[in-house]
Amino acid sequence: MMVRLFDILGPTMVGPSSSHTAGACRLGYVVQAILGGTPDKAEVGLHGSFAMTGEGHGTKRAVAGGLLGFQPDDPRLRDSLDRAAAAGLEVDFSVIDLGEAAHPNSARFTVRRGQDSVEIEGCSIGGGQIRIREIDGFPVDLSGSLPTLVVVADDVPGTVAQVSGMLADAGLNLATARVDRTSRGGKALMTLETDAPVPDELLADLSAQDWVHWIRNIRQLNA
Amino acid sequence: MFTSISTWFDSAAEDGVTLAEAVLHAEVSETGVPAEDIMERIAGAIDVMRRAVEDGMTSSEKSPSGMTGGRARRLDNEGPRLLGDSFTALLARAIATLEVNARMGLIVAAPTAGAAGVVPGVLLTLQETRDWSDADLAKGMLVAGGVGAVIAERASISGAAGGCQAETGSAAAMCAAAVTFLEGGSPEQVSQAVALTIQGMLGLICDPVAGLVEIPCAYRNATAGVQSVAAAEMALAGLDFPIPVDEVIDVMGDVGRKMDVRYRETALGGLAATATGQRIAEEAGLQQLVQLQLKGRNRGEASARFGPS
Repeated sequence: MMVRLFDILGPTMVGPSSSHTAGACRLGYVVQAILGGTPDKAEVGLHGSFAMTGEGHGTKRAVAGGLLGFQPDDPRLRDSLDRAAAAGLEVDFSVIDLGEAAHPNSARFTVRRGQDSVEIEGCSIGGGQIRIREIDGFPVDLSGSLPTLVVVADDVPGTVAQVSGMLADAGLNLATARVDRTSRGGKALMTLETDAPVPDELLADLSAQDWVHWIRNIRQLNA
Repeated sequence: MFTSISTWFDSAAEDGVTLAEAVLHAEVSETGVPAEDIMERIAGAIDVMRRAVEDGMTSSEKSPSGMTGGRARRLDNEGPRLLGDSFTALLARAIATLEVNARMGLIVAAPTAGAAGVVPGVLLTLQETRDWSDADLAKGMLVAGGVGAVIAERASISGAAGGCQAETGSAAAMCAAAVTFLEGGSPEQVSQAVALTIQGMLGLICDPVAGLVEIPCAYRNATAGVQSVAAAEMALAGLDFPIPVDEVIDVMGDVGRKMDVRYRETALGGLAATATGQRIAEEAGLQQLVQLQLKGRNRGEASARFGPS
């Protein structure tokens, strides 16, 4: 484990719980970042401790605020459910059981924005830190603590090399890279964490590749 | 960051820098973030701590559960009785921060939200009595952060992993180091302050009533702050603790790992599982939690992990 100074002197956050409030907010935030903006409709299943003690910890407000693009230190989290309604975000919460193996603070999101939709599972692992575990059925392991590029591409040879090459040409250093695929010749999901944010021009260049189906740029969580 | 107090202090001695500078240099080299930006962020965190204290001392607004709110203000209004202004201020500021936290106010989790009152309670109070500048305070925060990072690495700062000793105990140890450092204590005295704090908090369980970060958390933040100042006072006077600090931290980790799951933030044991604790949980609409508490108490088992952190 690599401990950073502001893991200890932070996060600066709206209370009361770093996992049930700050972590829940970050999950919502990363979900909207993966979707490409605040959803029109979000179904959120809360598992375990999220479901059980979430009410007193403002978990629903934190998730809704995150989906609106608020960070954990945003005072608007307090009335984010009203703000969501005003912003046209319809958010439904339910209690779900993801089984014994799931982290006790887990949530499953089905979110829609225009024609776009995505299903994401993630958990809040303590101290405000989160992990995204699954995107559209692909297993992933994202922390959101670094700028992250998520690419759904044709599962054909050379695509990983092309993406990493384009990142290198732009002077971006890769921190982690992971590739998962549904089946041979099907689609592959690349998740690439970089040391610096991916510039818009590079994102446009990547989007223009005919083997790229879907691409999302997740801004670093800075709180 | 450093994986032991001894490697941190050795590296500072080798480089001829202070303990605070060693933490700053390590953070710069590990993250690539410029030192000025780090110091600015620390100043921002101190600012948030101040505002939370002020808010908690002036407002009596209750938390959504109704369990906390108004106690810091009451303590402040009642004024000092036994030990003087700064003692009472320390307690009130720690409680104020937790009360603000419970009603979804802005706080700095240091190292966690559940222990967020200790650092402001101790450091903002001693800043006044000891005349530290804001720049001094920021250096103290670096030292506090260094201690917290070592504890996170060797033991835990999470109540779910190590009980309350891991949360308020770590916060108190962080403060004791910062205070000793800012008062001109030697690195040896700083390490004694950390060891003296932790030895006094070993085994403290995490048993939040109704699973919420309120009771006993607010009070434990206040008393952890007192432990921290006591340790710094003894260390600065040259009192020693024969077990080296890294070994003391390892004991805390070991005790945390062996602690029954009921006492690790699950709200299934301790004060949370008392008859009154269960009634409070029921009133808060947490029937499922109460069922688990009964099961945990009767069968001595609790497989599920629930609760805040």
